[in-house]
Amino acid sequence: MPSHPQLAAEFIQDKDRAHWHDQSLWFVRSKRDKAAQQLPEWELLREQASQIKQHTVSRLPDLLEEFERNATARGVHVHWARNATEHNEIVHGILKKHNVSRVVKSKSMLTEECHLNPYLERHGIEIIDTDLGERIVQMQNMPPSHIVMPAIHIKKEEIGELFHEKLGTEKGATDPQYLTEAARQHLRQKFIQAEAGITGVNFAIAETGGFVVCTNEGNADLGTSLNKLHIACMGIEKLIPRAGDLSVFLRLLARSATGQPITTYSSHFHGPAPGQEMHIVLLDNGRSEISGSDEFRRSLNCIRCAACMNTCPVYRRSGGYSYSNTVPGPIGSILGPARDPKANSTLPFACSLCGSCTDVCPVKIDLHHQLLTWRKEIRVKGFLPFSKRLSMKMMSWMMQVPRLYKLGGKMARWIVPKLPRFLLYNRLNDWGKQRELPEFPKQSFREWMKQNHDKQ
Amino acid sequence: MAPKVGLFIPCYVDQLFPQVGIATLKILEHFGVKVDYPESQTCCGQPMANTGCTNEVGPLAKRFVDIFKPYDAVVCPSGSCVSMVTHHYDEYFQNDADYENLKGKTYEFTDYLTSVLGVKQFSGRFPHKVGLHQSCHGLRELRLASSSEVVGEPFGNARALLESIEGVEITQLQRPDECCGFGGTFSVAEEAVSCMMGEDRVHDHEQAGTEVLTALDMSCLMHLNGIIRRQNKPIRVMHISEIFAECL
Repeated sequence: MPSHPQLAAEFIQDKDRAHWHDQSLWFVRSKRDKAAQQLPEWELLREQASQIKQHTVSRLPDLLEEFERNATARGVHVHWARNATEHNEIVHGILKKHNVSRVVKSKSMLTEECHLNPYLERHGIEIIDTDLGERIVQMQNMPPSHIVMPAIHIKKEEIGELFHEKLGTEKGATDPQYLTEAARQHLRQKFIQAEAGITGVNFAIAETGGFVVCTNEGNADLGTSLNKLHIACMGIEKLIPRAGDLSVFLRLLARSATGQPITTYSSHFHGPAPGQEMHIVLLDNGRSEISGSDEFRRSLNCIRCAACMNTCPVYRRSGGYSYSNTVPGPIGSILGPARDPKANSTLPFACSLCGSCTDVCPVKIDLHHQLLTWRKEIRVKGFLPFSKRLSMKMMSWMMQVPRLYKLGGKMARWIVPKLPRFLLYNRLNDWGKQRELPEFPKQSFREWMKQNHDKQ
Repeated sequence: MAPKVGLFIPCYVDQLFPQVGIATLKILEHFGVKVDYPESQTCCGQPMANTGCTNEVGPLAKRFVDIFKPYDAVVCPSGSCVSMVTHHYDEYFQNDADYENLKGKTYEFTDYLTSVLGVKQFSGRFPHKVGLHQSCHGLRELRLASSSEVVGEPFGNARALLESIEGVEITQLQRPDECCGFGGTFSVAEEAVSCMMGEDRVHDHEQAGTEVLTALDMSCLMHLNGIIRRQNKPIRVMHISEIFAECL
């Protein structure tokens, strides 16, 4: 798998696009700041949300069973999936039983994580993403580059081109309203033709057995109420204990995600309507393992608002695809290595440790500290490149012997100013590609101290 | 008796930016602090820790504690290195009284000036538009100033000290506390992102009219100055201690 630095550098080659991407996301971050500032109790809410989630994760097995009991009592079929394969097989099994060949799906990062679309397509089932952004990337045969705004990396001119090709809109059209209307007509057909609706789950409530799906486009409601079959796919960490906890999260989610006070549609599902069938698939896929780790357990607090992505100065400039992971950005750089540390070994290093993600996180995940811990794990597991290991070993060794450190510094300060430019600035010096080296002084501080200060 | 302060000068400041150490020393002595510079100090181990090479940090952390434990306080002109010592050393010590003691008395330089010495202003003049770069570790690890993500009353002693100097006008940035992109080994490992971040920071200061760019950390400034010099921008870079020293 290509490394993050490599893919990031490719993205940045198109400087204008990288700037535009950065500014689009910064705009969202600024909206989030305004929305948060309007609630004087914001920090209290974050603390409450964090505590509810920590409590949930610490009692996850019990609460899941409570949820299963209550959901079953409401007539919901509850399924358990250990991994992505099992998840996909369960979903396919339900669809097959109902002879379904056309499905509409509202945005669900969980089904992206499981690669459900290609799986169902291989089995001859048409699955259409109905969130506009996700429909756009689906038409391009690409995954989402962001978990809340899946097509944030695509400009409206490109969407015009894509829609011209796929939906027959006018060539060169870039008016968002015109393009959205075209997508709306196209999706309406798909909604009408579909035989089943798949949704994600934002919050499932152990106490009631109900669950909540948040969308801005109402597509989850349309997809589930037009069809007799509703399959909800949920990661086991999406649970909250009580209905009363919901208000804390609904207030935090939309504000953190887009700066809205609340998502346009927060739809509560409490069992199937008469004549309908409702299923919920509970997926583990490594989550239990994370819940058993003292160091990374808090990453399961995540409510997938994407505030950490919007604020991350690295994500904003390198784009979602540079992470090669369903969930990109800071939280993805924690979850990715948990699933496959070797393939994702560069992700914990795609971070300047600025800590903005930690401060923005509505459920108080100490993201940048967990990324730092992951770096240690990558080293322990042997996935840190030899060059890095060697240079750090040598540096540590030199720093333990002050005489060597002093001599090394003295030599560098003597030789570097004498070297011709081409020896200092070349392919081997990544620092010098776009930056000057500092001007090396004649004397170190300690030399100055000896000469000037200590004699006084 | 005046407290005895151990001066902790980060390795790269010692070797590359001696003027920052000199300015720090000058100011501390100006306020009557008895400063000692333990000569055996080298590096706190942050580069190794941030690369994941924690095995290589342990011996350096232990050296550090041994060297600095005799002092009443340890003062360092870098929020990042202080954060390493006070926030990231725990795993190398188990119930170690010396370390626990040291943790509570290790200060970032401006923090020591304001919270311990109670310095409120400098008497000199510095007639410039000053851009204050809020270095991340001082901001979000040591909480030396309020970060823009957190809801609450704004605060920041270093900024207040700068503002107290006659002639200083602090420039208004569009993104007040975004990271400069240095990030230690990140600056080399993720060169493309790092430099774009740095360029964007420089640009924000340019549009704000910054004449003198300052920070509590020389590492951020080394990175930003590298970009400023490569692109021949008319911005002068000074560590905050250098500005204070000019005002004595």
